[in-house]
Amino acid sequence: MKILVTVKEVATVEDEFEIEGTEIADQYLGADLNEWDDYAIEEAVQLQEDGIADEVVTVTIGPEDCEQTIRQALAKGADRAVRVWDDALEDVDLLDVGAKTEILRAVVEEEDPDLVLTGVQAGDDSFAATGVSLAEDLDFEWGAVVNHLEHDFDDDTASVRRELEGGVEELTEIELPAVLTIQTGINEPRYASLRGIRQAQRKELDVQSLADLGVDESAIESELELTDMYEPESESDVTVWEGSAEDTASELGELLREKGVAP
Amino acid sequence: MTDVLAITDHRRGDLRDVSYEIITAGRQLADETGGDLHLAVISGTVDEFADKLDREGVDVIHTVDVGEEFNHNVYTQVVTQLYDELAPQYVLTPNSVNGLDYAPAVANRLGLPIVTDTVDLDTDGETLIATREMYGGKVETTSELADNAVVTIRSAEWPVAEGTGDAAIEAFDADIDESQQGSTVTGFEEVGGGDVDISEADVLVSVGRGIEEEDNIPIIEDLADALDATVSSSRPIVDNGWLPKNRQVGQSGKVVTPDVYIAIGISGAVQHVAGMKGSDTIVAINTDPNAPIMDIADYAIHDDLFDVVPALTEEFQ
Repeated sequence: MKILVTVKEVATVEDEFEIEGTEIADQYLGADLNEWDDYAIEEAVQLQEDGIADEVVTVTIGPEDCEQTIRQALAKGADRAVRVWDDALEDVDLLDVGAKTEILRAVVEEEDPDLVLTGVQAGDDSFAATGVSLAEDLDFEWGAVVNHLEHDFDDDTASVRRELEGGVEELTEIELPAVLTIQTGINEPRYASLRGIRQAQRKELDVQSLADLGVDESAIESELELTDMYEPESESDVTVWEGSAEDTASELGELLREKGVAP
Repeated sequence: MTDVLAITDHRRGDLRDVSYEIITAGRQLADETGGDLHLAVISGTVDEFADKLDREGVDVIHTVDVGEEFNHNVYTQVVTQLYDELAPQYVLTPNSVNGLDYAPAVANRLGLPIVTDTVDLDTDGETLIATREMYGGKVETTSELADNAVVTIRSAEWPVAEGTGDAAIEAFDADIDESQQGSTVTGFEEVGGGDVDISEADVLVSVGRGIEEEDNIPIIEDLADALDATVSSSRPIVDNGWLPKNRQVGQSGKVVTPDVYIAIGISGAVQHVAGMKGSDTIVAINTDPNAPIMDIADYAIHDDLFDVVPALTEEFQ
């Protein structure tokens, strides 16, 4: 079985930041492997270690800068990586679900995996829709918000649990090929070992342009135009206790006694 | 094309709250587009559901009697067929786990853009202005869409529709292609029962990512002991295996309503807030004064939990 894992480098934001137009100013931004994708990588690598998967390939849409993040996935055990970038993508403010679907579909068609794992959502734009959209586009089956996957794949079927709201899980059988969107907590993502990090430097990282993939530039035009970004207004009339830790702890202690909930 | 089609959500025989909220969101949009609000209820006891959903502002309720429980293949087929039949301008679905399991497929099949997890919607009749959060709630954004669209709405952002309506209730005869059904729901399971029911606690001492590592959990347990309170947590603590699943507060965990909720090192992601905003008094201890939890806290300490928590424990020992 071949598994393709979508890996995104997401922007992280410092506690204090400034907004310039419809972007957070560069100096307040960091970059990290998308948390949900980390769990998807781990699930794929575990399937490989269990002898179920023969090959784990990652795919990332992103500029050269994100190769460090891709190497993290390779260091954790993925076999090789595909990175898609193009000048046409440089100026896109917000790559929408349709555009990501077009690009990833082309990669899936080239790689022909049995299973595609994606994170449930990306920590920065939080669309949580690309995996299911991709599945539909490919005529694959799918499952969203998967927090348990049986590793035996009897009859080419994935037995999964989907995490619904309120502490309820749905048990579902999904025919392969399929796209599963992976929820955090499904496993415990590993740290890359030193050996893994060394090996990752030698693994294949293939860069493809839109033309290489046969994707027309018009397909990535976003239908969603970001028009404003601002810090949400606080609706709170919170009382802030100030002073030393002893002072603030004492204020809180007094409140708890007033409420009659503490001795 | 000015109508709005809103899809309701139910599970195991009960309509979910978001089904009444989506009526409010849908009515608001339909007023702005000058169209009708069509509601659809798919699978389950659709006639009973339709009676309950007939609230003020709904023009038509389409009942689609196909199967008992949610199946994304069925929902995708039904919603695309309803779209073809009704030609609405916007399709609204809940941004629930199930909403996210079919709305992107519907959008893709219909060739429509999708915008998810919206917290506010506005339109001038031609352009949709969707408000949503990015970067874990640190910023809010508006995006414009000059087209028909599939839109998912966040729960608890619109008020529940009240009042009795006089909607036309129409059975929709969907043509379900069984060969498209590559997934089957085989059951449900309640998770994380365990020995402690955090939804019963009067005081919750709740711990989040700010605790940094598992070895630090005992300082929270010490405080809970001193206060005779119960320990709960946000999602990452349970994901890391530092506390069992039955301690998780939030959308995918338990909904709690204690007298006092002390959120320690919890930033306040929307999924967490959904589970605890009904608490009588909320106290947040967090170094980040801009953390979203501060928006709903009644009292806050902007300080290091590793200083404040032991000091508080000492007070009660």
